[in-house]
Amino acid sequence: MARLIRTEKEVEGRYTEQWVVVEEDAAIDQWPAGPRETVGRPVPRVDGYERARGQALFTADVALPGMLHAAVLRSPYARARVRRLDLSRAREADWVLGAIGPDDCDALTLEPGFHGEPVAAVAVDSPGRAREALELIDVDWEELEPLLDPEEAVRRNELHEEPRRYERGDADAAFADADVVVEAEYRTQTVLHNPLETHQSVCRWEGDTLEVYISTQFIWGVRDDIAESLDLPPDRIRVICNFMGGGFGAKNGAHAQTFIAIALASQTGRPVRCALSRREENLATGNRNSTIQRLRAGARSDGTLVALEGEFVNAVGWKGWSGPTYGPMEMLYACENVRTLTYGAKLNLPPNAAFRAPGFVEGTFGLECLLDELAGRLELDPLELRARNHADRDLADDRPYSSKNLLECYRRAEPHWARRDAVRARSEGPWRRGVGLASQIWYGGGGPPSYAWVRIGSDGRATVITAMQDIGTGTRTAMAQIAAEELGLPLDRVRVSLGDSSRGPYASISAGSSTTPSMGPAVRAAAADAARQVIEIAAQRYHLEERLLTMQGGKVVSSDGGSWPLEEVTGLLEDAQILGKGARGPNPTGMRVLTFGIQVADVAVDVETGEVRVERIAAIHDVGRVINPLGAQSQVEGGIIQGVGHTLSEERLVDPASGIVLTQSLDAYKLPTIADVPEIVVELLDIPDEHLTNLGSKGLGEPPIVPTAAAIVNAIRDATGADVRSLPVSRDEMLRALREARERERAAAPA
Amino acid sequence: MLELVVNGGRYEVEAPIGQTLAETLRGPLGLTGTKIACGEGHCGACTVQLDGVPVLSCITLVHTVGEREVTTIEGLRDHPLVDAFVRADALQCGFCTPGQIVSAAALVEADPEPTPERIRHAMAGNLCRCGTYPRIEEALLTWRD
Repeated sequence: MARLIRTEKEVEGRYTEQWVVVEEDAAIDQWPAGPRETVGRPVPRVDGYERARGQALFTADVALPGMLHAAVLRSPYARARVRRLDLSRAREADWVLGAIGPDDCDALTLEPGFHGEPVAAVAVDSPGRAREALELIDVDWEELEPLLDPEEAVRRNELHEEPRRYERGDADAAFADADVVVEAEYRTQTVLHNPLETHQSVCRWEGDTLEVYISTQFIWGVRDDIAESLDLPPDRIRVICNFMGGGFGAKNGAHAQTFIAIALASQTGRPVRCALSRREENLATGNRNSTIQRLRAGARSDGTLVALEGEFVNAVGWKGWSGPTYGPMEMLYACENVRTLTYGAKLNLPPNAAFRAPGFVEGTFGLECLLDELAGRLELDPLELRARNHADRDLADDRPYSSKNLLECYRRAEPHWARRDAVRARSEGPWRRGVGLASQIWYGGGGPPSYAWVRIGSDGRATVITAMQDIGTGTRTAMAQIAAEELGLPLDRVRVSLGDSSRGPYASISAGSSTTPSMGPAVRAAAADAARQVIEIAAQRYHLEERLLTMQGGKVVSSDGGSWPLEEVTGLLEDAQILGKGARGPNPTGMRVLTFGIQVADVAVDVETGEVRVERIAAIHDVGRVINPLGAQSQVEGGIIQGVGHTLSEERLVDPASGIVLTQSLDAYKLPTIADVPEIVVELLDIPDEHLTNLGSKGLGEPPIVPTAAAIVNAIRDATGADVRSLPVSRDEMLRALREARERERAAAPA
Repeated sequence: MLELVVNGGRYEVEAPIGQTLAETLRGPLGLTGTKIACGEGHCGACTVQLDGVPVLSCITLVHTVGEREVTTIEGLRDHPLVDAFVRADALQCGFCTPGQIVSAAALVEADPEPTPERIRHAMAGNLCRCGTYPRIEEALLTWRD
């Protein structure tokens, strides 16, 4: 029976209440902890060969008959007004087949608020000539003074929303009573997602149905965005994304390129591709915005945190949202008195977008560096300081955790942490070595609504069908493993069909570390429903007792001895098929579902040149049950490598006078290469969350990037005594921090 | 008409002056395994071999290829490195992977047992934003197993 329930939905820390239909009538018990037949065992990706051989069809490879190619005229100014936009020369040129301005498409504007905002677009039939056609658009620009300084925006009250204020307890009184108070200002830079497949869409009208091929993290979100913006019935929009070349949070909606392609497809009657160049990607598709964090911590001399205070300025850009930079301060420790104030500055800079644990990466850097500065003042071991302030329940919401094994993570971190004397002893010449750590908290519980079907054919093979997307995280493989486990089938007899809103049920977004915890339980429920039907059929055909039957090893097995190959049972159906349906049940009521962990970094710092090398990172995370340890390891490594880039090399630079983005190419914007990778040690606790659905798995994509920057910077302090307070740790910043440390030492020395 | 030797076959293609090798491969030849991720020679996703030497096809003009034999990922689909990459899970989204394998194939041709240092040097021009670098190193250390 369909059950209608009202439940809480969380994506990247934003909670909403919503109605969902849950068909999960018979509760399915979680599997016991530990590796099963397929789940919990390392498995190479089921689509690995297609991807490795270049056979996987990405949106970048979609070529439809008669397809046109769009180019977008973007504002060369951070703030401007278009006095006159004249498309007539473009419209008159016989080789230009479409030309649109703000009158034709809401994604275009005559009042651009950032460098790169789309103003007009054209379509031609040769990809090479699309940009050339932009020269036929006549524009009179009036350049306006941009607002670029986030502090100035706060002073002028140029904000995206009212400042967010939070307080629990009495921070002022607690600071007054504290034995030790430390305070510092931390800054984080703007970083760019840079998925290797840029934002792109191919749109075509098929009768009254709009087909949208798009590189996206959320097929259904694209459908909703389009339906809402263009006032179309959602079922007349088909969204397709079979293979996808990375997103990291930047591809959660339809985005401007889709609306431009739709408008040009409507105008020309032809399919239109709108694909961003790398430089456009680095202007206009989002970023992790820079932050300023003024933080204060008060503690008793035994290390008990009594008060925390933070003022956060998120430099959001022209559009976007003010992320939860305050989150770690409010959630990570058992501190009774916490006060935060957060501003989302509206600036003439490209909009932000969610980027792998938005807000928490930035906020953890500040908070966890401050904790180490506090440990230094208290002369307390940093790991011990964290353990003493462990939160047994969530103080921000006053709720118990569904599961939390952070102390076990700390315990497993001890051997890595204990290496620090040996690491320091390897300092030689100008190279000083040290070890640092940082703790991690983030969401990752997923939630409903998410649905899946499992189809079993007469050949005894199963197909998981759901309109989700695999953004490269390996969800196709994880879903195949879950279905194979439930059906007692070898993995090579399970396929996964996804990526098409017209060919599968509603599925969740691939963001917020939610894909496995959202989709996995639905897939398992669908497989269980299909298995139940197989057993019912077998019982009738062979006159058996249903309660004695299970599916194992590709057979229907009776506990009193007999067994029948699955294809023999399903073969009775000839061409017909069995269809199981499954839905994701609700999250546990009244509990906080979160992920936890700790990372320990070894670094080497050349105190003469300011060069920093990360030599080793040990990552210990508690993310519930692990479905595929091989893919999980790769996810953790990938998160850490992005974290290393964020800490040491990546920075979007903007000309401070004009607001022009300077780092548009991959030459100017420094991504980590294979030569920059430290030794990485991954340990996942793999303890199922007993309260979390039929699976006990949480998400894994984001936790590993959360503590990396703080662990590295704390290791730098351990190695050199220098307090780095700004990311990236450029040589300038490193040398500044070293100078400051020397001056401090000199001032403290007896005259 | 321009003649190109690609993956052992000889093809006649029409290509305007100024077209890149990557555009020709992906367009008229339909060899979409070669990816374009930056279009200006900074990321390595478009790597192909010319007479066994890895080059960036997005900044190679097709009219400069001449008689040199072009090898793309489609020509390496049965190379043991493909297996090694999949086994080591040396890919996530897979958009950079064909370019990685083309570069890696040239490396192991020159040095069948590359050291980690050599791997890091030879593969540093192929960016992977998902961060599969440790797995790529593993694939190159184990590809003959």
